[in-house]
Amino acid sequence: MKLDFQHTQAAHCENGVTTSLLRHHGVNQITEPLAFGIGSGLFFIYIPFMKINNGPAIAFRTQPGLIFSRTCKALNIPVARKKFRSKAEAEKILMECLAAGQPVGCQVGVYYLTYFPKEYRFHFNAHNLIVYGKEEDQFLISDPVMEMATSLSSYELERVRFAKGAFAPRGQLYYPKEKRPVTDEQVKKAIRTGIHRNINLMLRIPGPIAGIRGIRYTGKKIGQWRDKLGPKTAGSYLAQLVRMQEEIGTGGGGFRFIYAAFLQEAYTYFQIPELIDISKQFTKSGDIWRSAAVQAAGIYKGRIGSQADFNVMSEFLYTAADIEKQAFQDLAKIKWPA
Amino acid sequence: MKKDELPQDLGALGKITGEVCYVTDESGNYITQLSNGWEVKSSALEVAWKDVEQRIMDAQQKVLNKEASPILFFMELRVMDIPIVSAYTGFWKWQVKKHLKYDAFQKLSESRLAKYAELFEVSVDELKTMKVHEA
Repeated sequence: MKLDFQHTQAAHCENGVTTSLLRHHGVNQITEPLAFGIGSGLFFIYIPFMKINNGPAIAFRTQPGLIFSRTCKALNIPVARKKFRSKAEAEKILMECLAAGQPVGCQVGVYYLTYFPKEYRFHFNAHNLIVYGKEEDQFLISDPVMEMATSLSSYELERVRFAKGAFAPRGQLYYPKEKRPVTDEQVKKAIRTGIHRNINLMLRIPGPIAGIRGIRYTGKKIGQWRDKLGPKTAGSYLAQLVRMQEEIGTGGGGFRFIYAAFLQEAYTYFQIPELIDISKQFTKSGDIWRSAAVQAAGIYKGRIGSQADFNVMSEFLYTAADIEKQAFQDLAKIKWPA
Repeated sequence: MKKDELPQDLGALGKITGEVCYVTDESGNYITQLSNGWEVKSSALEVAWKDVEQRIMDAQQKVLNKEASPILFFMELRVMDIPIVSAYTGFWKWQVKKHLKYDAFQKLSESRLAKYAELFEVSVDELKTMKVHEA
């Protein structure tokens, strides 16, 4: 059984799944940047008391699962989402969806994901892909980060759907429950909702570790890493920061470029010139993050590594924080048409 | 990032698939382009794996010194930590912690050893001797 489904590549897995599933339901307006922006995907958080793979827990994007839920909700499309205790039940429901002609989004872990290169297979459980059919024992898989559609045996799929550890997917699957037409008016409203929520998340979230304040906090911490952790561990920490920022899924510059692209698309809906200017600010911030990554690479490759080099690294983050703060404040000032 | 600045440094993922990146064209409009990788981030990934290798070697030495059980070695080899091992095997975290000790490991029942061996994809003998034949 193979559903009529078109594989599309995206930068980020969840954006890609959201865009593709919506398009399958006839909603063609939602591009990857729109899904990301409507889902208020841009974020920053550094959780100092948590470790991921023995390094710092840093994220440049919002919590997994939210982009799909928020985007569908903003467009008034009901979502079906299920987790399972039993593997057999998880496969049964998946097969029922496919039989009903519904491609299904699945949350999976990447450690046992056979088509991924070995270098990428850490125990990371918040990857997303679409299952769109089954031929003999092979499930047909559309993984948004891959150029081509691929496949997994039923054992392989079960294994990644029931990966364990942080964010364990527990077989989770999700899809838009109904086919509903989406008007441009709805898209416009959704864009505004997404932007407003993102302003709140970045500027007004309480506490020092998230949003703009989180970027500054991380900058400050980086300045202390060399003394506190020693040059080698400090280098590993920076490498982890760069991976969270640039590895598959971010579209480059810690999602800042996708967000800039989103604001350009928002402009086509509203023709508010400020949106173009603010988009440029996010491009600039993304470029700063890229420069920070180059600086970090100098440190973890051992080319440079003095305290002054760490301070330069901090300065990059302070600069990015300033630019993004200004950009979100400007977004907050926009006068939207009634 | 401008489109002609997009790095194309072939990395581990680039051999399998290009990655979508968002870049600006001549007139400043965003377009997507595929990148084969970026040296800055492939070296970051390399650092991560070097750290993993170091942890595996340290674990191996600890086991040889009888300061830890082979479970520590395999846990590091499979890039896992105590919560992950606990979640896959069904043992409590405090049990896993106990089994990481050399002496406690010697007293483990065959069925418990088999559980660990299954998770680490080795035989019980290999588990005990730390000998692995990776493909």
